Amino acid sequence: MDSIYLDHAAATPIHPEVIDVITTVSKETFGNPSSVHLYGRKSRKLLDEARRTVAESINADDKEIIFTSGGTEADNLAIIGTAMANQHKGRHIITTRIEHHASLHAAEYLEHQGFEVDYLPVYENGRVKLEDLKRLLREDTILVSVMMVNNETGVIQPIQELSELTRDHQACFHSDIVQAFGLYEIDTQKLPVDLLAVSSHKISGPKGTGFLYMREGTALQALQHGGEQERKRRAGTENVPSVAGFEKAVKIMGEVREEKLKAYQRYRDTFLKTLQDEAVNFSINGVKEMSAPSIINLSFPGMNVETLLTNFDLSGIAASSGSACTAGSVEPSHVLSEMYGTEDERTTNSIRFSFGMANHEEQMVESGRRISQIIRRLS
Amino acid sequence: MKEPKDTRVVVGMSGGVDSSVSALMLKEQGYDVVGIFMKNWDDTDENGVCTATEDYEDVIRVCNQLDIPYYAVNFEKQYWDKVFTYFLDEYKAGRTPNPDVMCNKEIKFKAFMDHALALGADYLATGHYAQVREVDGTFEMLRGVDNNKDQTYFLNQLSQDVLSKVMFPLGHLEKKEVRRLAEEAGLATAKKKDSTGICFIGERNFKEFLSEYIPAQPGTMQTLDGEVKGEHDGLMYYTLGQRQGLGIGGAGEPWFVVGKNVEDNVLYVGQGYHHEALYSEGLIAVEANWTSGKAPEGSFECTAKFRYRQDDSKVTVTPGADGTYLVTFHERERAVTPGQAVVFYHREVCLGGATIDKVVKENKSLDYVG
Repeated sequence: MDSIYLDHAAATPIHPEVIDVITTVSKETFGNPSSVHLYGRKSRKLLDEARRTVAESINADDKEIIFTSGGTEADNLAIIGTAMANQHKGRHIITTRIEHHASLHAAEYLEHQGFEVDYLPVYENGRVKLEDLKRLLREDTILVSVMMVNNETGVIQPIQELSELTRDHQACFHSDIVQAFGLYEIDTQKLPVDLLAVSSHKISGPKGTGFLYMREGTALQALQHGGEQERKRRAGTENVPSVAGFEKAVKIMGEVREEKLKAYQRYRDTFLKTLQDEAVNFSINGVKEMSAPSIINLSFPGMNVETLLTNFDLSGIAASSGSACTAGSVEPSHVLSEMYGTEDERTTNSIRFSFGMANHEEQMVESGRRISQIIRRLS
Repeated sequence: MKEPKDTRVVVGMSGGVDSSVSALMLKEQGYDVVGIFMKNWDDTDENGVCTATEDYEDVIRVCNQLDIPYYAVNFEKQYWDKVFTYFLDEYKAGRTPNPDVMCNKEIKFKAFMDHALALGADYLATGHYAQVREVDGTFEMLRGVDNNKDQTYFLNQLSQDVLSKVMFPLGHLEKKEVRRLAEEAGLATAKKKDSTGICFIGERNFKEFLSEYIPAQPGTMQTLDGEVKGEHDGLMYYTLGQRQGLGIGGAGEPWFVVGKNVEDNVLYVGQGYHHEALYSEGLIAVEANWTSGKAPEGSFECTAKFRYRQDDSKVTVTPGADGTYLVTFHERERAVTPGQAVVFYHREVCLGGATIDKVVKENKSLDYVG
């Protein structure tokens, strides 16, 4: 039985051209970009080119890009780094409880360090409201952090409107755009955000790479200490082959972005239609019309996440749900708990399906059928 | 009969050597093996560390070595409701519960069996030392070949339905053979120490653990004649026949727990390992299970164990009117303890078992044993 990969929000297949770049760079350019010789300069050149490509992709300046080990580090650097650097201006932070753990746990860490954190309420549609941010924003707020596309539900937050509220406020605005980058046009000249976190392996690039966009003039304290790489904001020899591969992925993504957006919309609709045609009992978590088409989160009443996911995998369907605890068992989704309350059964019977480059349309019908067979057997 | 390759066997994997070797053997026999780790207890400490994590890591390593898929399933809620609540209630009632028997009955061979079947499994396998044999359409549970490891005592509540769907690949092996197979295959768990004690308590201090859940009520420690010998720390900390921790000095033979009076919160003690009060002639058993699925109609003779790893004793079992059973001993038994299981055997076949409710002597149930 052919397996079908519906977990692109977790990781994406690396584009063959990206693999070529990584291989070539690994073979030919091993110098340390900080070295003052030919070998170093060759690496440095690749790094600078990648920085330019990445910056251009969000209409930013090269100087505003900090390469990191991925989305988690970018979120940590954004949240903890700016909070530490700006604590003389205040110690109040605003975020949400549906952030990726990379942001959420960073905010909780700051709470333990004595910062005051307010969480914007998230409503049943999966969104936050502008008036709540207006209400919670204080003179001593130094950071607002709201993700753009939720990694579990795909629901899109009104980042443009939210970040307008801090345009003339001392608070930095951070957004984790890991799931949005590559699908939506992001323009830092129009979007008044100060910080953006991006990961490479969600856009067919290699793992272990990402970047933080940091608007010029934003104060940030480094979290990692050592050499003076990345303008002293991120010590450690740069991962040149991966960064070059990431650059390639960004370039490809720029060319196919709109096409992908349309394709994923088709995938999602075909997938949902198949489930409907097969008379599967399900409901959508969040609101489809306000979501990225790459992610759909479905609740299957009367079912249980662990039984579903295991059955799916044994039938060749790779999907996911919330997060696993260290002992492997599936924890109730913190995102759905925030939207519906911890007692709601949707927190323990919902599955995330995410579409991407590994898919083609026939798989949507096939996976929908396999899923409906499993649901029927378990009902 | 399906071919092994078309037969899906879910193996309950604990991260220990026994279940690892079970999976190994089934894989070698060509079955469609799926490894599943059960998380029944959350013992996450203040540093975020839980022992289940370490065990699951071992499950992952072994399953990758065997090239079988692995998953985890969470039964914390079921375990709490069905096993831990029972465990606490029994202690509160002054009895000595057997959570392993209950865990097998309610979790491993019920909730987990249901989970395995929901995954399309034909069989559920574990690393227990026991055997199943089909005789004319009836499934019999036999003792494990390794007499020292035989676990049928803990499996006494299994039904025909369950026995028809379980596999115990280790039943015909000696423990040292299991270790050898693990080492030969280079399994990550080959040298892992066997777990000891009750799973949710682990290596921790039992008294301390229990006191977190049941408030200790110290009371009087006295002889059956009413002579006060000191204070006890709380009845739940003591079990029949126990010698340690009484703290009674003086001349003569050592002191033992011979009974409890839960109502008055009194612990009875007596001098000498063979103190008369520790001996009984029979017991009343409740909540019986007969592995054949058929309850005996009249009285019969068989052998029985009153605790794990004890030699069998000859008994006569007589059904009562209300689903209870009178078990009379052919020779007097020492420290038969209410709350523990009595398990019946006919030669190698485990006939079933029940919970010891009352202990009988001279045709009277002994109220002083709790």
